[in-house]
Amino acid sequence: MPLTLKAAVKEVQDISSLTARTFLGAFRRPLYARDILTQMDLIGVGSLAVIMLTGFFTGAVLTLQTSKTLATFGAIGFTGQLVAVSLVRELGPVLASLMVAGRVGSGIASELGSMLVTEQINAMRALGTDPIKKLVVPRVFATTTMLPVLTVVADAIGVMGGLFIAVFVLHISSNLYLSSAWDGLSYMDVLGGLLKPLVFGATLSIVGCYCGLRTYGGTQGVGRSTTQAVVASSILILVFNLILTRVILAYTQ
Amino acid sequence: MNNGYVLEMKNVVKYYGDTPVLDGVSFRVFRGETKIIIGASGSGKSTILKLIMGLDKPDEGQIFVEGRDITKLKEADLTAVRQKIGMVFQESALFDSLTVRENVAYQLYELGVDETEIEPKVRQSLGFVGLEDAIDKMPSELSGGMKRRVALARALIGQPDIMLYDEPTAGLDPITSRRINELIIALRDIQGVTGVFVTHRLRDAFTLATEYATNGGPNATFHREGALLCIANTRFLLLRDGKIIFEGPDELLRRSDDPYIKKFLA
Repeated sequence: MPLTLKAAVKEVQDISSLTARTFLGAFRRPLYARDILTQMDLIGVGSLAVIMLTGFFTGAVLTLQTSKTLATFGAIGFTGQLVAVSLVRELGPVLASLMVAGRVGSGIASELGSMLVTEQINAMRALGTDPIKKLVVPRVFATTTMLPVLTVVADAIGVMGGLFIAVFVLHISSNLYLSSAWDGLSYMDVLGGLLKPLVFGATLSIVGCYCGLRTYGGTQGVGRSTTQAVVASSILILVFNLILTRVILAYTQ
Repeated sequence: MNNGYVLEMKNVVKYYGDTPVLDGVSFRVFRGETKIIIGASGSGKSTILKLIMGLDKPDEGQIFVEGRDITKLKEADLTAVRQKIGMVFQESALFDSLTVRENVAYQLYELGVDETEIEPKVRQSLGFVGLEDAIDKMPSELSGGMKRRVALARALIGQPDIMLYDEPTAGLDPITSRRINELIIALRDIQGVTGVFVTHRLRDAFTLATEYATNGGPNATFHREGALLCIANTRFLLLRDGKIIFEGPDELLRRSDDPYIKKFLA
């Protein structure tokens, strides 16, 4: 099927070109500082509640599950360590990113898609603004910088959720849980846990912008672009997670 | 190398997919003239405006804006050309996250004009379309006709030499359409703005071609051309399947023997 292959190559080419223009646009004047701050507020502060809930329940359920397995080895004292390492390395970055992909990635795609089909993007260009700088750069910058911060929040709240279960359900002392969690973490875990959301944030926001900006077919097209943005960015997050984990583990002794 | 023409298209061909939307279109617009482009839906009318604005590139041919070929310009260099052109989009295309004030002031903000200079200009531009009271409203609070007028005010803020109107009266009632048409006539006759007016509503097209304004602003008066005075600054272009099949004044258009034109005007 040469036609679909051609379309796939074109797709990769288009998204690479958007990525390059976004990156270059971030270093060229004019810089829309106000739009960047607005987006950081909308994306960062706006996602806080979702992220905290995600973190809490993930940490809690993780504690319940792992403690059971650990108890069979008589190692229930390591619960804190297992929860903290799982959260910081994997679940925090991935789940926070997936939640943000659902919340922010879809929002970006539908907003830009609506602007495109109502000709607001053309109007913007007609009035002398580069939509990449005005719309794409602030969203990508805000998501890329805010997602690591949100991940830290998710990790911390997750450990607290685990603590809640450990103390009230499993009756492990809070001291044992917390010191085990603290001892289990290495700097490389934290560093890797921050690198991941940085990459995922850039990915999901660029995919969101890309899907929004290639919307066609009116209002129906906006719905299609929104779905595509969430599906594509979620899959890409999972794929990049595997690649990044392999790379990070290679540097971890 | 201006030749007196503000806009010129030379053998422009544009494809969307495999179908040609414009198939060798050539025309010129002289300073102060208003070109009315009529044609059935899908005949490529709006595409012409997008190409003049540089929002899209033709597959073949050249487009000159004030003597400069814009088909070879990069997006960054097009900005300077676009500042001379104002455009009113089909569905207004107001930024719905911004107020009327911010919409109208948008271009000035982008140019880095001082805040204190912006406010009076915004009021003047809104005053021209009679919407000064709506300055703090959001676009969603406006009626369709008001949106078009704000869009007109937004396009006029940079005092463009050329105005492009993409069906500015589509979907409006006759009284509101009349109001928009009068604003466009005033711009043409009082301020000497060159225009390209795309429409499929013949009634609006003939209003533009047969009436003229002798006063601007709130006391604008409009007259119909008669035996003594015939408007020569407004000409028609009729598009059919991406080709120009008629070019000339309204009198010749009405007298044409071409069966398609007769059917179109009927």
